[in-house]
Amino acid sequence: MLNIKNLQAKVEDKQILKGIDLQVNAGEIHAIMGPNGSGKSSLASVLTGRENFEVTGGEVSFDGKNLLEMSPEDRAREGLFLAFQYPVEVPGVSNINFLRTALNEIRAYHNEPPMEAKEFLRLTKEKQKLVEFDARLTNRSLNEGFSGGEKKRNEIFQLAMLNPKLAILDETDSGLDIDALRVVSSGVNKLRSDKNAFIVITHYQRLLEYIVPDFVHVLYNGRIVKSGTKELALELEEKGYDWIKEPAATASV
Amino acid sequence: MAKNSAEIIEEYSDKEYEYGFVTDIEMDVVPKGLNEDTIHLISAKKNEPQWLLEWRLKAYQSFLKQPEPHWQNFELPKIDFQDISYYAAPRQKEKLKDMDEVDPELIATFEKLGIPLSEQKVLAGVAVDAVFDSVSVATTFQKTLKEHGIIFSSVSKAVQEYPELVQKYLGSVVPYSDNMFAALNGAVFSDGSFVYIPKGVRCPMELSTYFRINAGNTGQFERTLIIADEGSYVSYLEGCTAPKRDENQMHAAVVELIAHENAEIKYSTVQNWFPGNKDGTGGIYNFVTKRGICKGNNAKISWTQVETGSAITWKYPSVILQGDNSTGEFYSVAVTKNKQIADTGTKMIHMGKNTKSRIISKGISAGEGQNSYRGQVKVGTKAENARNFTQCDSLLIGDRCGAHTFPYIESKNRSATIEHEATTSKIGEDQIFYLNQRGIDTEKAVALIVNGYAKEVLNHLPMEFAVEAQKLLSITLEGSVG
Repeated sequence: MLNIKNLQAKVEDKQILKGIDLQVNAGEIHAIMGPNGSGKSSLASVLTGRENFEVTGGEVSFDGKNLLEMSPEDRAREGLFLAFQYPVEVPGVSNINFLRTALNEIRAYHNEPPMEAKEFLRLTKEKQKLVEFDARLTNRSLNEGFSGGEKKRNEIFQLAMLNPKLAILDETDSGLDIDALRVVSSGVNKLRSDKNAFIVITHYQRLLEYIVPDFVHVLYNGRIVKSGTKELALELEEKGYDWIKEPAATASV
Repeated sequence: MAKNSAEIIEEYSDKEYEYGFVTDIEMDVVPKGLNEDTIHLISAKKNEPQWLLEWRLKAYQSFLKQPEPHWQNFELPKIDFQDISYYAAPRQKEKLKDMDEVDPELIATFEKLGIPLSEQKVLAGVAVDAVFDSVSVATTFQKTLKEHGIIFSSVSKAVQEYPELVQKYLGSVVPYSDNMFAALNGAVFSDGSFVYIPKGVRCPMELSTYFRINAGNTGQFERTLIIADEGSYVSYLEGCTAPKRDENQMHAAVVELIAHENAEIKYSTVQNWFPGNKDGTGGIYNFVTKRGICKGNNAKISWTQVETGSAITWKYPSVILQGDNSTGEFYSVAVTKNKQIADTGTKMIHMGKNTKSRIISKGISAGEGQNSYRGQVKVGTKAENARNFTQCDSLLIGDRCGAHTFPYIESKNRSATIEHEATTSKIGEDQIFYLNQRGIDTEKAVALIVNGYAKEVLNHLPMEFAVEAQKLLSITLEGSVG
């Protein structure tokens, strides 16, 4: 589904990705871990096409299409979803109106007619229930005045509504208490299928107890320095990142 | 990859003004120049009574003595008052009896503007008065309104048919001596709408006037007078467009509202005059004096405006709260892009006891646009327990525009409560990217964000027009992303 080859990118003059290789297939969950500043969130930004991130080398194909040539909205319409680490507030735009616009833009891209109001309402109710999202928040302005946890839960609700092929969760666990973490993870677990895939970016092994990954990758200094299965996450939890850093530092010279 | 902001701004500042066409029609235009002869000529063309001619001449004398105002937050362009023609009317063969006799060219013009004038086609529940340059060409739903005793006609017609009403109220809220442009309007005003709602009548439909400037080198000086008698209610809306021309054109209107005891007037404006091109050439100077008075107790006047057009917009729809327990409201969205300037706001003058006012102003600046909010809240000695709430927000798009706020607060009564809140924000790249990431392109994203921002004001527009105003905001700001 997603095939990243030797991806390199910089912000202003700083090289932040120095050759990433990663293949994600349908049905898989990949966890990306690593210390602060290792390039985890930058990878999410580059994949989703955020301005200021300049790709300096490598290729990314998404379902056989060249992802890097697409506008951010087209990447989304192709089925790439980012659950933001810091979801923004948009005052005056209701959550529901925003979602409806988004859903219909994606449908239009695939030459489908806008969803009927009734059907949309039904879908909204169904997904609210699925991810335990408070119905009152659906009609409020997008993220305005939401608590940190409510914002993260809204990301998962949007994920449920838009049903992407590949979702990147960027530190969705940060700032969540244990109950919210449980709700968010169970939402993700209900949404996973053999047709979609997830990339879960996190600092901590904690989240991975709830969302169990098929693969774990450690990102350090703009490169994936180690890959393994979920046991790798446990090892990291135990030993910290220092044992990963040392060989990487020498290797990167 | 996505286009960067600068490219998008570039692309869309060229965006064509949709209503910039000219109607080719035979016109009756008086020669350029402003003097007593011009005034005599206009008055004679309208077959006006002697008192009105004299009133015009006094206004002209006042105009000659008025100094140019200099307190505004922009440089007043040099205006050559002798280089303007003060009256232009489409030539009509004979007096019109009904809509069938209106020149088809004019009907076509208004249809093109989205204002159908034949009653079969009009928006249900909206009566329209169509003003083309200096004259009203058609007013719909006359009969229906008459059944309720409501008068909705052009001012010229009202002068002929209801002279005592016009004489009683004309200049009673905005005297010609008020300011230079009000004086000029008093001297040469040509047409506009006249509304009278009798006691206890709730006007069954929206009343609306559509102003169109067509002729070149002319000014439009319309005058609108709305009187809501005791316990009555009316909702009135005006819309405006003009052709694209390289020279600036002047629009100096005066609007007066009178709300008697327990009456309510809701006045909405969607202003989309030609704003000039991206270099700031051409466009309308929209210098307007609008004021209402809550004359009786429990009266209410509410102004809602969406200002997207004009090279310069300079106006402060105000309310004099004379009656006890009366209410004044001002809801405004003003958009400036390219080199447009807006200096707008309101005045709330609290005189009666327990009077309330509410001001919500939303400025949106893009390109090199400059947007100033200027508002005055004045509480008189007798205005016990007066209350005011002001919220004044500015939204910036890009980094070459400006937003300015000039609040003037003056209270002579200790029991008054006055609140003022102000915010300035920028449409962030973060917000746009967030929406992009959900499959919404940048144009739609900006439209969503701006409409969300302006929602509090748009909600106060009559439903039939709220949707139009939303579209207008989206189109006006397409691409002005920062």
